[in-house]
Formats: sequence, C-alpha cells, structure tokens
Amino acid sequence: MVGILQDKDRIFTNLYGLHDWTLDGAKSRGCWNATKDMLDLGRDWVITNVKNSGLRGRGGAGFPTGLKWSFMPKEVKDRPHYLVVNADESEPGTCKDREIMRHDPHLLIEGCLIASFAMQAHACYIYLRGEYVLERERMEAAVKQAYDAKLIGKNNVHGWDFDVYIHHGAGAYICGEETALLESLEGKKGQPRLKPPFPAGAGLYGCPTTVNNVESIAVVGTILRRGAEWFAGFGRPNNTGTKIMSISGHVNRPCNVEEAMSIPLRQLLEDHCGGVRGGWDNLKAIIPGGSSVPMITREMSESALMDFDSLRDMQSGLGTAAVIVMDQSTDLVKAIARIAYFYKHESCGQCTPCREGTGWMWRVLERMAVGEADPTEIDLLLDVSKQVEGHTICALGDAAAWPVQGLIRHFRHEIEDRISQYRSRRANFAGHAIAAE
Amino acid sequence: MPVAKVNGVDVEFEPGMTVLQVAERAGEEIPRFCYHERLSIAGNCRMCLVEVKPGPPKPQASCALPAADGQEIFTDTPMVRKAREGVMEFLLINHPLDCPICDQGGECDLQDQAMGYGRDGSRYAENKRAVEEKHMGPTIKTYMTRCIQCTRCVRFITEVAGVPDIGMISRGESAEITTYLESSVNSELSGNVNDLCPVGALTHRPWAFHYRPWELKKTETIDVMDALGSNIRADARGSEVMRVLPRVHEGINEEWLSDKSRYVVDGLTTRRLDRPFVRENGKLRAASWDEALGVVADRLKAASADLVGVVAGDLQDAESMKAALDLFRALGSAHTDCRQDGSPLGGDTREGWLFNSGLAGIEAADAVLIVGADPRVEAPLLNTRLRKIWLSGQAEVALIGEQVDLSYDYNWLGTGSKTLSKLPKAATDMLSRAERPAIIVGAGALAGETGPAVLNALGALAKKYGVIADGWNGFNVLHTAASRVGGLDMGFVPGEGGLSATDMVKKGQLDVLFLLGADEIDASASGAFTVYLGSHGDRGAHGADVILPGAAYTEKSGLYVNTEGRVQMAERVVFPKGQAKEDWAILRALSERVGHTLPYDTLDQLRGKLMADHPTFGRIDYLAPAAAFDPSKLGVKGDLGDVAFASPIRDPYLSNPIARASATMAELSAQRIAPVAMAAE
Repeated sequence: MVGILQDKDRIFTNLYGLHDWTLDGAKSRGCWNATKDMLDLGRDWVITNVKNSGLRGRGGAGFPTGLKWSFMPKEVKDRPHYLVVNADESEPGTCKDREIMRHDPHLLIEGCLIASFAMQAHACYIYLRGEYVLERERMEAAVKQAYDAKLIGKNNVHGWDFDVYIHHGAGAYICGEETALLESLEGKKGQPRLKPPFPAGAGLYGCPTTVNNVESIAVVGTILRRGAEWFAGFGRPNNTGTKIMSISGHVNRPCNVEEAMSIPLRQLLEDHCGGVRGGWDNLKAIIPGGSSVPMITREMSESALMDFDSLRDMQSGLGTAAVIVMDQSTDLVKAIARIAYFYKHESCGQCTPCREGTGWMWRVLERMAVGEADPTEIDLLLDVSKQVEGHTICALGDAAAWPVQGLIRHFRHEIEDRISQYRSRRANFAGHAIAAE
Repeated sequence: MPVAKVNGVDVEFEPGMTVLQVAERAGEEIPRFCYHERLSIAGNCRMCLVEVKPGPPKPQASCALPAADGQEIFTDTPMVRKAREGVMEFLLINHPLDCPICDQGGECDLQDQAMGYGRDGSRYAENKRAVEEKHMGPTIKTYMTRCIQCTRCVRFITEVAGVPDIGMISRGESAEITTYLESSVNSELSGNVNDLCPVGALTHRPWAFHYRPWELKKTETIDVMDALGSNIRADARGSEVMRVLPRVHEGINEEWLSDKSRYVVDGLTTRRLDRPFVRENGKLRAASWDEALGVVADRLKAASADLVGVVAGDLQDAESMKAALDLFRALGSAHTDCRQDGSPLGGDTREGWLFNSGLAGIEAADAVLIVGADPRVEAPLLNTRLRKIWLSGQAEVALIGEQVDLSYDYNWLGTGSKTLSKLPKAATDMLSRAERPAIIVGAGALAGETGPAVLNALGALAKKYGVIADGWNGFNVLHTAASRVGGLDMGFVPGEGGLSATDMVKKGQLDVLFLLGADEIDASASGAFTVYLGSHGDRGAHGADVILPGAAYTEKSGLYVNTEGRVQMAERVVFPKGQAKEDWAILRALSERVGHTLPYDTLDQLRGKLMADHPTFGRIDYLAPAAAFDPSKLGVKGDLGDVAFASPIRDPYLSNPIARASATMAELSAQRIAPVAMAAE
C-alpha cells in the first residue's frame, strides 16, 4: 500500500480487525504499555504533550484537544470532574469510531484513563450510538477485561481510581452534540443546552465535564508513548498528526484508512481506494468531511489537502474526514435533498430556525430535484439557508445549511438545467405562483 | 457596577443580568417569545437575537447571554434586523393565517411582533403543518397548529405549578406540546398557561369565542375567591363580566392567578337574586323593596334586642360589614359574628389573626410548619411561593393535617391535635435548627371545640421556638375567606354575652337571624325569622323568609383585607343585577326603617367612619412591618384532644355561592373528584 503514512507509524494497527481485539492482542500491539510510567510524570506533562502534539478534536469541529482539557478547573472542589466520550457517531459518511471500538477498544479505554487522569476525573462515560450494538458488546467486553486485569477500577495498577461506564443511546443524531449528549446521559430528552455555561464549567449533572470524540481519546496513549514530536511530525503546521479517513461513494474500493493529515485528497483516493470509479475525470464532486460540510468540485479536489485549513480555505471543512465521492452519474440535487431530509428528520425541534428551516429547505430541494421549481427559488433557498446558519442553539442548523450552500455555490447550473428541462416538457408549469395564499 | 454599552449608550447593570435585561434597562425593546421573567430561560425562539462585541461574528440570543463589563450590545444593526426577520419568517411559515377567528387576536405577541419585525409577504410555497388538537382539560382550549414551541407552558407547569402534566414530545417539525395521554392538566393554576401562551395555541376554554379583547372595558380590582386578595383586572362587556386576568402584584400574586379566581366569573350571571322576595305561606314571592324592607324592619322592631343576630359571609366587603355591625349594635344586639366556621380567632391582638410574615415575606423562611391547612387548595398562590423556597433548597416543610399532594415534598408529621400535643422530634429539630421558622395555621386546625386549645398550643409553640423574633414574625394564620380579616379587624365578633355564629343558628336561640351573604352555615334548624342579604340564590337564600338582593364583588366598590392584613380596594366593574343594590345601601335603608338611622349617606362617609373607628383600614395596599407580640396568650389553654385536622375547603371549586353557580367550576369540581378518562385507547 502506498500513501504517506508508513505502517510503523500507524496508531490503529488493528483497524481492519485482522488481529486479536482482546486485551492480550492489544497488549501485543503496545497498548497499555508503560501507562503507569506516563501517569507518574504528572498531569501537566500529559496536557503539555497533548498540546504540543497539535492534536485537534477528531469529532468534526477541530478544537485543540489539549487546550480543551486545560479549560477544566485546576483543582477538584465540591463537584467531581467527568470525562465523557462521544461515541455517538451518526454523521452520514463517518464510520471511523466504529472501527476503533470494534477492533481497538483498548486504545480507547487506555486513552480514557489517561485523559481522566489529566483532568482529575474518576469516572468516564462512553456514550454509544444507539445503532452500535456490536460495538457496545465489544466495548463492554473490553472494559470487563480491563477491570479484571486491574488496569482500571478501584485500586488499579495505575494508582488512579477510575471507572468506565458504557451508555447506549437511543439513536438520535442530535445526541452527538455534546450538550444534548449530556442531557441524554442525564436521562432527559436529548436537546442541546444553551452555552454558556460550557461543559467545562457545568456539564454532566452540573459538574465540570469534558466531552471528547472517540478518536481524539484513543490516540492519546500512543501520542504520549511515541512523543508529541512524532505526532506533530505528520501533516502541515496546525493540522498535525494522523487521522482515520472514511472514504465512501464512487471509488473502486471504499475504505477506512489511517493516514497522515494534509495528504492530498486525490492521492488519498488513488492510493487507498483505487481511484474514482471510471477515472478521475468521471469525478463530479466530493463532500470531504461528512454530510454536513459543503461539497467541493473536481477542480478543487485536485489541489485539496485533507486538513482543516486547506478545506476551510475552499469554504468547506475537514469535519470527520469522511470523504463522500460522487461521480458524474450522481444526481447532486437529489443527493443534497436526501441529506436535507436527514437533517430535517434529526432536528430536535427546540429552536425555531432549525425546526422550521430544515423542513422548508428539504421541501424546496425535493421539488428542485425533479425541476418543479422556479429559478428564483434558488436564491430563496440560499437565503433560507443563511437564515438558519448561525442563528440556532447548536451546530445542527449550520450542518443543515452548509450542504445546501455548497450545492448552490458550485452546481447552481444543475438546478437551473433541471428546472428548464422540467419546463420544456410541459406546456404550462407550476412555479412559485402556487404559493400558499 | 459593571457598565455595558447599548447602541453606544453606557448602561450600568448588576452582575448576573443578561444582555436582554441590560438592553431593556437602556430602554431598548427586544422582541421575544420564549423568554419570561418568572420562568427558566429556554433560549429557543431565537427572536431576541442581538449583536454583541466582543463575540463571534453572528447574532447572539440575548435572553441567555450573561452581560459582561465593557460589552458592546447592538440591538438594531442590519445583521440583527435580518436575523429577526428570518426568525419571524420561520415562525410564520407554519402558523395558520386565522387571526380573524383566533381568540388571541388583538392581544397576540406573534401578531404584534410580526408587525414590528416581520417581512411584508410570504415566500413559503409549501403546505403548512397541521397539528391535532389536544385535550388539556376544562380550562385550556388548544389549537396546536398555532403553537410556536416556545415551551412557556411546559416550563410554567413544571416549575411554578409543580406538576409534570405538559411536555413536548417528538422532535423537529413534528414536535408537539401535549399532555401525553390527552389527560387534563391537573393543576389549580392551569389557566396561567393560557396567559403565558404568546400565540393562540392555548386559550381560555370557558371563554372561547365569547369576546374580542378590544370590546372589553377593563377595570382593575381585587379577587375574593381566597383570602390572598389577588390583584385582578376584570373585563366587562355591557353588564357582564367576560373574563378576569391577573395583575402584577409582587407582594401577593406575582403575576399568576388561580383557576378558581379566574374562571368563576360565569357564576356572576347565573342564579342571581335580582329582586327582593318575601316568603308567604311557605313560598317565596317577588316583592318590592319597600315591602321587603318593611317586613324586615317590623320583625326587627318587634323582636327583643337580645334575640336578633347577624352572621357575615365570606365574600363581604368591609363597608357592608361595618354597616351591619353598626346597625345591630345600635339595635342593642351583641350577637354579631363573621366566623361561619366557628374559628376562635379575634380579640385584641391583631397579629393573632394575621399572616404576619407576609405572603412575599414567607420566602425568607427556612422552615415552615403547616398545621391544619392545605395551601394548594386554600391559597394556591401561597403554595407556589412555598414550592419556590422548597425548590431552591432553602426551606424545609412539615405538615400536620391531611396528607395531601402539595406539589412538593414535605415531612408529614401526623393527622391532628394528638401530633401537636407531642410534637415529633423531626419537627422540633426542624424548628430549633431554623433561623427564621414559620408556622402556617390553617382554619382546619382551629375549627371545632378544640380550636381555642389548639390555637393556644400553637402560640406556645411559636414562642418556644422563636417564631417571633427581632424583625421576623413567622406566626401565620392562613384564612380561607376574603372578608375574614376585615371582619376581625373591625370587631365583627360576638359582643359582651353575644352568641357565636355556630350558636346563633341553633334552635330557638334567636327571633330574627340576619344572614349577610352567609351561605356556608346551616341555619335551617334555627327556627328564627331569617333575612338573607346576598347576591346568589344559594344555601342562605333557600331558607330565608325575606331575601334582599345585594351586589357581588364585581358590582360594588369595597375594601377587603387579605390574610396578611393588607387593605385593598375593589372597584365596581358592572352594576348590580336587576333591582339589586349595593349591600351597604340596603343596610342604610333598613336602618332608617327600624329607627336607628346609620350616620352615613354615602359610601365615602361610611368609609370615613370605618377608618376613624379602625385606623388600620386607612392605608390602602399597605403591609405593616412584622410586629412582635406574645403568641402564648392566644386562645385558651386546654386539652387538645384527638381531632384530625381537615381543611374547611372540601372542594375549592364549590366553596362559595358564586362558585356554586358557575358551570366552569362545576366542571372543574367534577374533574377533581373523578378525572375524566380520555386516554388514548
């Protein structure tokens, strides 16, 4: 296999489940090695190293993980600290955490211990997506193995009392939003909270809490073992490290692969996925970071690097590095309409712009997909998406608006063509003149 | 104090205030739907968006954002205007265009703010969402398609009313406000959600389609359905009171109102006494005022002075009681009483019958012992305050009496006087631990033979545990009748050798019994010639020999003293029905005929006399600071016996003649006894 990252530098050495996932297998791959020694170096050492590694949150927003940890109160006062691991991986296209939990669960558990130690938390909750049943079984088995081996739990060999609880969600996408996740974990309806206060101040049960993605936590052990410089050696500045990328769609071999950050998008597809189906020229558009980020065109994909900054400069985003490849056979309008339906379906209904706007956008897009729309409605749709974006409590509003904006930004002509085609087939057509009276 | 800039103007604010509050302090209007001062912050309507610097380059929800020193707040930039316009458009796309038939029309937040902040046309070409109607009980009419999911109703019912009956189910566009199983909202405060609803989704069911708000003449007055004296605004059309809404009074009802006070108004138009009646050959027949007054006067003149007596009812204004008291004292009678329930309260120490801490003051208490009262039924808006201090963890609550659901947890000590005679350790611990303990004495504890002894024991208890200390008086009597404190203040109790109300109605005690709106006492056994002066053809009128039609509380200007001793003036909203007259005027006319003309010709003169005789009536809406007194002198020391305390209000919706005449109250009462099963099968 080619690509940038060499096998010796992979963190997730059992990503494909070819080896033993249990504690013995994990230990043979280096997991749980010298964990005690690392903890003995103190929490400042841990946080400093995570900061120096340049690790940015792998859940989509890309917030520096070390910085996030340092927001926790320095001393534990009257309220305990908590670590919550967000394993509610529900973004369409993303399936990286699934593989970690299936095949390398001990990397996650070890990461939980280290992160909890760094934030002085004695309890960690792993909130699993409702559909992840096999993953839950694996995680529960792995946690039991770790308890049995006294790696975690009371009076464990690491000298830091630490409990892990696996919580199985009920399958709502919104519970992947960190404060909605906390609400759900507390037994309430999964609806995002108002911020401030942020979870580091008042999170789970009102106590200081840090919510991290599975991958962000699972890489911590290896980063500390191999050194921050090693991790920071991959990728461009500010976009360092390795990252699991999930490539799906119209490539010859869809896959999950751990790669160095800032790998050119085209190289990623050609080295690991056998290229775009029907050749690079058959490519139409790529959604580079999970369904919520705006799509980019083939021309942009030529020069795109798989990192936060490069994709941000293209008005898209790295997100969870879930690359959705769409070739020329794709009906982009229909595809975005489907994505819009997803966000309409998953909107929690708490705040107005998202509750009302997602449904509006979806309905307009469904009509546009068949061409039964007025050309002026394209601007209307864009305006509606702007009215949703940035006006909501959580980021689901943004996530619903961006794909639509990406479509209109790059493929406005497709919608226009669709509309003219539709009209050319009819003597008279229903446009926006049928508006609700 | 920290300072923020609102649209370029410096504004000082107190730490902890939100951006919205700071902007309001600067005089800027911030549109909002979900935000309400007395509920928790939801931040979900997104109407209050403003621009804040420093901050992210997007508008912020001002209701939930804490203000910071040096912050710059902009409430009218293009970004803010665009954001509001967008939110308003989203709110309207699924809102029906049925303002012309909507009961909220004319007083609708959405309507008003759409005018101010919305765009002029609709761009929404899809079908609008429709939501099924919900059953929420006799007080709430739903039209859920209009709902904008602000969740004010959910927050009120869970936080203030303390019942988990309303919630939001489903998500996204399908989110619905519901009572889950289509059950009624089981709260005595349910009507408030109709006030809170910023649109027409929840409206007042009893008044549905009865009026348009702009047709109504609005009068600010006082409620008499309980002894709190809630401040209300009664809206009338023509001769009919169409609705009653709460007014803000921080010291009494905040801005809530109980269902009883609110929906009793339909009782003001039914079963009314609209002309005098005289009993002839066992049957009542209509008579002229002249005839009826003549019959009463003849009887009073013929009877010996110590064989005539008067009992005042629970809804009487102070002026009519004063007139009656003066008349019967002039006749030489000592048989006067305003305590139909036989309570032993009264005497010289005013503090002995007041809710001394004040209704708002009770929020300072850190331990509350309730004896023989069910505040949720007797005074729902006192109960919300108790719930508030319980919810904040500030106060412990214990109860002696019936084990009722108060909407918060309390320590139940026992059923009655036996528990009081030997107080459990939990109670003594609670009281001795507390810095500001309070005892709430209900009418249920003081009724019956043991009443005086119980009152004495409670007084001793108050003294022992420092319930009355420097600057704190936690000895609180909770009355159930609006007229009671006024009556006690003016000494409407038996004079020297006089009979109490309970004795007056016994067989053969009196020749002439005058019932001044007294319906809660059974006078059927008395055998006396009974005169009833009141507004409704109820229990009192049924056995009367002469009926003198009086005015209900919305038909006369009158003074009422609430349970904390606050004097308030009710105003006339509409005129008395038919030939009915104001109560004091009837008594004045009667006095002339019996030859003891009362020395006042106008209501003002009567008030002047009342205030001269009893100066406490002279200060309207004034709450005297807690005065210290010796509570151990209350009542009579004696055997407490073994009596179970029970609230005198068996059914709050049928506790007075107006309520008994009200169809809505009947419905609420029926639901209270047997909740209507309407669950989804």
